[in-house]
Amino acid sequence: MIKLTPRNNQSKILIAITPIIAVLFTMIFGGILFWVLGKNPFEAIKLIFWDPLMSETFSDYARPQILVKASPLILIALGLSVGFKANIWNIGAEGQFIMGALISAGIGLALYPMENRLIFPLMVVCGTLGGTLWALIPAILKSRFNTNEILVSLMLVYIAEQALASASIGILRNPEGSGFPGSRNLNQYPSASNPELIAGSGVHWGVVFSILTVWFFHYLLKNHKFGFQIKLFGDAPRAASFAGLKSNYIILLCFSISGGLAGMAGMFELTGPAGAITIDFNVGYGFTAIIVAFLGRLNPIGILFAGLLMALTYVGGEISQFMLGIPAAAIQVFQGMLLFFLLSIDLIVKFQLSFIRNKHISRKE
Amino acid sequence: MDFASIDPTTVIYNLMIAATPILFAALGELVVEKSGVLNLGVEGMMIMGAICGFAISVETGSSYVGFIAAALGGAILSIIFAIMTQYFLANQVASGLALTLFGLGLAALLGHSYTGQVPPEVSKLSVPVLSSIPIFGKMFFNHDFFVYCSLALVFFIWFFLAKTRLGLIVQAVGENHDSAHAIGYNVTKIRFFSILFGGALAGLGGGYLSLIRVPQWTEGMTAGAGWIALAIVVFSTWQPWRLILGAYIFGGITILQLNLQAIGVNIDVALLSMTPYVVTIVALVLMSVNRSKKSIGAPGSLGKSFIKVL
Amino acid sequence: MESTNPPVLQLSHISKTYTNIMANDNISLKLNRGHIHALLGENGAGKSTLVKIIYGLVKPDNGKMIFNEKNYAPENPQAARLAGVGMVFQHFSLFDSLTVAQNILLGLDKAYSYDSLVDQIVQMSKNYGLALNPKMTVGDLSAGERQRIEIVRCLLQNPKLLIMDEPTSVLTPTEIEQLFNTLKQLSLQGTSILYISHKLEEVRRLCNDGTILRDGKVIKNFLPSETTSSEIAELMVGKKIKPTVKQNSHSKEKILDIKNLSVKSQTPFGTNLKNISLEINQGEILGIGGVAGSGQDELLLVLTGETKVEKNTILYKGMDIGHLNPQERRELGLLTAPEERLGHAAAPEMSLIENCLITAKKEKNLVERGWIKFGKTAQFANDIMKTFDVRADNSANLAKTLSGGNLQKFLIGRELSQNPEAIVVNQPTWGVDASAAQFIRQALLDLVSRGTAAIIISQDLDEILEISDRFTALVNGSISTPKVTSKLTVSEIGLMLSTHSTN
Repeated sequence: MIKLTPRNNQSKILIAITPIIAVLFTMIFGGILFWVLGKNPFEAIKLIFWDPLMSETFSDYARPQILVKASPLILIALGLSVGFKANIWNIGAEGQFIMGALISAGIGLALYPMENRLIFPLMVVCGTLGGTLWALIPAILKSRFNTNEILVSLMLVYIAEQALASASIGILRNPEGSGFPGSRNLNQYPSASNPELIAGSGVHWGVVFSILTVWFFHYLLKNHKFGFQIKLFGDAPRAASFAGLKSNYIILLCFSISGGLAGMAGMFELTGPAGAITIDFNVGYGFTAIIVAFLGRLNPIGILFAGLLMALTYVGGEISQFMLGIPAAAIQVFQGMLLFFLLSIDLIVKFQLSFIRNKHISRKE
Repeated sequence: MDFASIDPTTVIYNLMIAATPILFAALGELVVEKSGVLNLGVEGMMIMGAICGFAISVETGSSYVGFIAAALGGAILSIIFAIMTQYFLANQVASGLALTLFGLGLAALLGHSYTGQVPPEVSKLSVPVLSSIPIFGKMFFNHDFFVYCSLALVFFIWFFLAKTRLGLIVQAVGENHDSAHAIGYNVTKIRFFSILFGGALAGLGGGYLSLIRVPQWTEGMTAGAGWIALAIVVFSTWQPWRLILGAYIFGGITILQLNLQAIGVNIDVALLSMTPYVVTIVALVLMSVNRSKKSIGAPGSLGKSFIKVL
Repeated sequence: MESTNPPVLQLSHISKTYTNIMANDNISLKLNRGHIHALLGENGAGKSTLVKIIYGLVKPDNGKMIFNEKNYAPENPQAARLAGVGMVFQHFSLFDSLTVAQNILLGLDKAYSYDSLVDQIVQMSKNYGLALNPKMTVGDLSAGERQRIEIVRCLLQNPKLLIMDEPTSVLTPTEIEQLFNTLKQLSLQGTSILYISHKLEEVRRLCNDGTILRDGKVIKNFLPSETTSSEIAELMVGKKIKPTVKQNSHSKEKILDIKNLSVKSQTPFGTNLKNISLEINQGEILGIGGVAGSGQDELLLVLTGETKVEKNTILYKGMDIGHLNPQERRELGLLTAPEERLGHAAAPEMSLIENCLITAKKEKNLVERGWIKFGKTAQFANDIMKTFDVRADNSANLAKTLSGGNLQKFLIGRELSQNPEAIVVNQPTWGVDASAAQFIRQALLDLVSRGTAAIIISQDLDEILEISDRFTALVNGSISTPKVTSKLTVSEIGLMLSTHSTN
């Protein structure tokens, strides 16, 4: 029988090492999954985790792709992590991502074909604002009426998806697109495009921003009272109110930050890798970022690595799909598993486990 | 555009069918939440039910076997959540989200080869005599077995919670797990089985979706139904009878907007498709406005992990 | 008193070890039929663990129990109840949103029909003078009524042994008398009672035999009627507790003025405050007594600033502060210490260092332009630990890992180190061992002797009478006119605590 004793203080080593253990478990169980699907598990794991980085055949394509896919994940996860720490659950980042893209596309396309250096920065600001405003809906409802933010923010994803569908066949449709759904491609509009900054590297403005944001959050959360406040609010809301903190302030702030970063990520995705608003513009970054946030232990540096790892599984997943015919859904299962293992293994971070031999003691106390 | 072509009888008939999957899932989640657990994985369990039910009924040719498989599929997935939250004491919100993400992926994986197939048809179960009443007979008494079953379950769950000792124990565990433990109830075990029950009902709801409501398999076909079921539990203030109200309002709006789309009303299709979600948000807000005046409803220990102290 | 009958319960060599603490160390005990047996000891002496073992909530590592001349090793509380052991918890195991009858039903192992149960509850309340309405929702009841539910719940199963854990700590003096009558009646009918308490006078009045535990060991078996309170106290603590020393302060300026304050409680089953008026001067302690649930939490929240109040109902140095939040009040010199340590006064998952930032960031300049000065904060935490004798190996330890006494010393220390002009403390020594309690009381007295005004809200009557200058009682959300403590008689106090207590 196993007995749990709370730890005196949390071990930094355990916090860092447990995600790695979770990844290993995921590899084992993922391998079993691939084996069940009739694929060679070792080859599949190698294709997912090793080849994108190291193989000569794939790395030229894969390395830049990892950065391209990691950057929205990292940006969104950073924002979410702030809220999660405070026990405020914005799970509608997917919708905020869409809204950021839609608003910035609207601004950019309205100005087409004017060329001006300020258009791109303006679009960044508008994309961020778009995400923030969309996120403020659940935030205001929660702070004003104590409405469940999880459900509202999630419902808004479905609403945003409908708005995306409507915009791509309606207001934002490319007038020169011979009636096909989807907007004008912004990659062909220099003032509004987000090109690779160094050819072949995959680095675009979104990648730069996500790295800067990691650094900024790392410093801010560690040393500024803001980091203390959200942690306090998450751990003991009554102690936060005893300290003089207003809960509405924390709720609005957390949602603004996470929505803004998701919107910003949507904007960079739109102007860079995606290029245009289409019905299937969003590919689930907003949800995967939830996994990234936890995998990174809600810590900015952790999120940086987690985002890269998760991007690796995306890119590696594509390669394994191409080489072995492993369905894309298997990668989603794989990512879900990772989150299971990660959340479960948290137990050993919080508690010290001791094994009791004594057989007649059949219950934990 | 021809509003007259919308037949109220058909609307109500279809409304009940549209509401049934959500009613099943919401009933399951109600029991789970009554025991003090918040399982946000309803969407994942529903879609697992949808594919398991679909696949098994296609393979066996029996939709009833399919429904059993659907319930099992949902319950098996919920075991993961139960183990994580009850034994590994993982955060319930995060674990529920993980369950949804995992379930959506797994269902897509399992369902790969079933896209485009047709499930065996589920026959209607016309209630003798009553079904021959004009209009009402067609609306209410000419449904498949599961529509009646969902309504009967509302009664049974109400009866279970309000009138049986075990139901009282489930509520006590959800209300205050420390007290329940102190007088000798096994909190973990009671919650574990509540979660399983909730999983089975969510799976049943998913099965209804893929076998009767749609009926076919497409990836991501639950389209938020699980989340709406969660919202309806809040809307019901944890009272079984009010789940019917919530689910049927939602079903009504879904059917109405589909009808409006069909007759080509001059409103953006996207705007019409949004309405169920918008209405859900509005309902949640209305409930929370009410609740701030009168504090009723939510179980006291909802969402909190039970840690046995020394 | 030697009894010819065999004992009801005999414990031999019971031991129980938690990770690094020996909670019960080779405990042997004999409990006679129809006797009321006192189990005495400090917090952490092992009383709770021992009764949890008897009640089947905890399994001993070693040892043997004989109950009713049979080997006894209950698998769980159900088994204990079946064997004839009932227990009334100190922290009631009740469910607020359920009715009295439902609560009782949950604690019974036989299947009862609801209606016959209601009849039996009514009958039982009559027989033992335990007034109860089975249809009431528990959340609406007073602490005394809640305890009656627990007692009735036990009695319905005809226990041969009844365990009472600190039963009088939530009762008014009148209710205590009623309880004692019930218990004596039960013991005459042959029920044995294991009575856990730290109130020595009560034990001497009520109990036939007694056992003192300290550090998990049996220190002594004694006859309460033949032992003095001070002897018992010394045995419990293991050393002499020096009495608190009180010095008078000379400043007498009015500092806090509460006028006709009425506030609705913000919690579902809370108590509304009704028309409260109080004045408090520099250099004095105003003690506010009352049983649990009389509005103590609500009063504290009003004073911290977590509950906002109407204009001009709370004046601090003549200034209306009703709209100010806790931090703004702190900056004026009004500090508070809530009852609930983990979750309200402190964040359980945060280190002691971080916990300093909750109240002391401004006064001690721990934050500059939004940036936290961790070195200075750690220094402050270490200073508190040294000055207030907080025993923890490191200020980086999480708050939840400290014992109740040590954490309370730290949290009181955090406020006292900020030199408050006025301080409000709710339950300063709740769940704290005697020497820590003495330390905390002395620290409060010292602070007041330097001119600080203090309001001490406490359910421990002895404590309030020991340290307060003026005394008043909070009863069902109302307060009586404060009186000079030293001039009060026991009956006056009893009257103050029970006036208009009927709903």
